[in-house]
Amino acid sequence: MENYIVLVISCIFVNNILLMQYLGNCPFLGVSKKMETAFGMAMAVIFVLVMAGAVTWVVNYYILKPYDLEYLRTLSFILVIASLVQLVEMFLKKNVPALYAGLGIYLPLITTNCAVLGVCLINMKEEYDFIHTLVSSFSYATGFGLALVLFAAIRERILLARVPKPLQDTSIGLVTAGMLSLAFFGFKGMIH
Amino acid sequence: MVKRAVNEFVKGLWEEIPPFRLVLGLCPTLAVTKTVENALGMGMAVIFVLTCSNVIVSALRNLIPKQVRIACFIVVIATFVTIVELVMQAFTYPLYLKLGIFIPLIVVNCILLGRAEAFASKNGVIYSLADGLGIGIGYTLALSALASIREMFGYGTFYHIPVFGPSFKPFSFMVKAPGAFVCLGLMLCIMNMFKKK
Repeated sequence: MENYIVLVISCIFVNNILLMQYLGNCPFLGVSKKMETAFGMAMAVIFVLVMAGAVTWVVNYYILKPYDLEYLRTLSFILVIASLVQLVEMFLKKNVPALYAGLGIYLPLITTNCAVLGVCLINMKEEYDFIHTLVSSFSYATGFGLALVLFAAIRERILLARVPKPLQDTSIGLVTAGMLSLAFFGFKGMIH
Repeated sequence: MVKRAVNEFVKGLWEEIPPFRLVLGLCPTLAVTKTVENALGMGMAVIFVLTCSNVIVSALRNLIPKQVRIACFIVVIATFVTIVELVMQAFTYPLYLKLGIFIPLIVVNCILLGRAEAFASKNGVIYSLADGLGIGIGYTLALSALASIREMFGYGTFYHIPVFGPSFKPFSFMVKAPGAFVCLGLMLCIMNMFKKK
């Protein structure tokens, strides 16, 4: 149990996938201009990442490893993620239209989110078992969502400030992300 | 035709240089620019994958059905990334270890998918080749520029050659995560200043 708590804290704060490991930046800068969109994206990522983590774990340990096909990992993982997103979209559209409407256009965008493929590959590198993979995927996604929502809150304020012309939009966004990342550095000593 | 091809090539070096003008492919930019060596290695890998995938996508553009085109692009790109991964694992193992997880992540690098979708699927093979080469080389230049700044101030070296004297205290903020964001933001700002003129 203690093991899982350490894993959760490490994934959400200490090794935050977005601010410490640089994964998932493209939607970070594109989607974080408003709180609603940031929140929608965060929910979509949590939803997809937990499922992707589970399915890629199964693919790796039951298909790739026994048949010595580990060099096909990149190819098979990205295909799994792309199909998963497509299937989830179709399923939600038919059966849970409220959730589908809530997630909106962010669902297909998650396919090319570095964070999703990145977390799946990290899970393999760390050689987690199935439960650890689920916990780690959920925590990384929550960390991503947390960073996204925090950033959106700050960005909404920045829109009202007087920013010099060359710094507007993405540049000031990146500098702010740097400051946020510096703040997260404070968590470094939490896990030995 | 040659003129147009050269035009496409040159566009990737300044007008449409990722990640500054074409705001794509930020994830690896932040991670591999700690040292110039890593940046050049990643740049070479991207040039190879981008050029090859652009050529194949362009050659097959009339055969790929519209509905599944994104999946097809991803498969093409992933194949070349796997080739690069295996080659790097065999011939440049230390670099492979340093770049780590970011080599397979070239697959979801928005630049590749973006160019396949926006250019290669609509233009001829020669132009796509020129575009791929141009954007790849532009990306390598951008990565190296950012990496030089970060490595010089963060470690005091340039490609492992000490630049400042022994009394230089490295500004290690530059090589950590926050420094990456701030550096990229400031470089983007400088590029924007050129654009205004």
